[in-house]
Amino acid sequence: MRDDLLELARSPLTLLLVTLAGYQAGRWLQTRTGGHALAQPVIVAIAVAGTAITVLDVDYADYRGATELIAFWLGPATVALAIPLHRQADRLKGFIVPLLVAVLVGAATSIVSAVLLARLLGADEALEKTLSTKAATTPVAIALTETLGGIPPLAAVFAIVTGIVSAIIAPAVLNLLRIRDRRARGLAVGAVSHGIGASRMLREDETEGAFAGLAMGLSALAISLLVPVLALVLF
Amino acid sequence: MITGLTWLLAFQVLGEVIVRVLDVTVPGPVVGMLLLFVFLRVRRYDDSGSIVRAGSALLRHLQLFFVPAGVGIVAYLGLLGEHALPISVALLGSWLLGLTVVGWTAVGLERLLGAPRDDLPGAGGAAGAGETGETT
Repeated sequence: MRDDLLELARSPLTLLLVTLAGYQAGRWLQTRTGGHALAQPVIVAIAVAGTAITVLDVDYADYRGATELIAFWLGPATVALAIPLHRQADRLKGFIVPLLVAVLVGAATSIVSAVLLARLLGADEALEKTLSTKAATTPVAIALTETLGGIPPLAAVFAIVTGIVSAIIAPAVLNLLRIRDRRARGLAVGAVSHGIGASRMLREDETEGAFAGLAMGLSALAISLLVPVLALVLF
Repeated sequence: MITGLTWLLAFQVLGEVIVRVLDVTVPGPVVGMLLLFVFLRVRRYDDSGSIVRAGSALLRHLQLFFVPAGVGIVAYLGLLGEHALPISVALLGSWLLGLTVVGWTAVGLERLLGAPRDDLPGAGGAAGAGETGETT
């Protein structure tokens, strides 16, 4: 009887329920705190699910397999980022050149600075390689780290941590930097912190969210092209 | 809803096909996004269409889809703790540098080219062109 219950607790059904319940708890908290920056549903959900698999002694690989049903939708949702962009296309006028240059320069800055900062503080090469891709959206970061010879699951974690940090402090930092143009704000966040940053900006303002989505796509492109080239110089 | 999801998956598959044929490291969904954007532009698609309804529903919960990957933190707590300093400095430092460079480059070039600004409402300065006041 006890074993049966434990088996049920470790089944995909329960793990999916725990993940969704954690996400709902995060949304509830977000509403209750009036949208406080720290009350991001993704953080609450990760904390709840992470605690659950630790307590239940479930391997991460098993959890990942059980929740494939959720992770699957990341792909179609990424495709759907074209929608806010389409609605905002009129705002692209006079912004194409700044946009392309900024994304390219930003991608190079992200890659080089992550590697050099880590090296300065004594990280090993595998870690440096893994850190170099962290500004790209999670699926890209994983794929690139694999080709470089880094640690793919950690690349996912770094990309997500970067996104979470961004979701919490990006709007305040942008205000400090005196960047007020909504297109530039969205662009900056999307270029360095992909989907999680984009979803925060989408909550703030549709223009910011749309440009964050666009920047995420373009910088994923720029990083995919730049990383192999810069790797020749850096490693 | 299902019609819209079918379209989204079709664009994702199309993106994957192109990535494989061209043999590039760019992920399929990103190519799919660019293709869908062109499609929506060309068709002058409006807000009542099935793709927009299904896509908006997914985007509302974009954060949820990152949770399974994020829980991976648990599996790497040891390694993360061992290299906490280089990891956190590299993550934060390069994030801040990237954010600043992208933001300032965009704003600077915009000023240089004399393009109309699109400032946040109430952030001081002239309100941007095309202000429609939508607050979602």
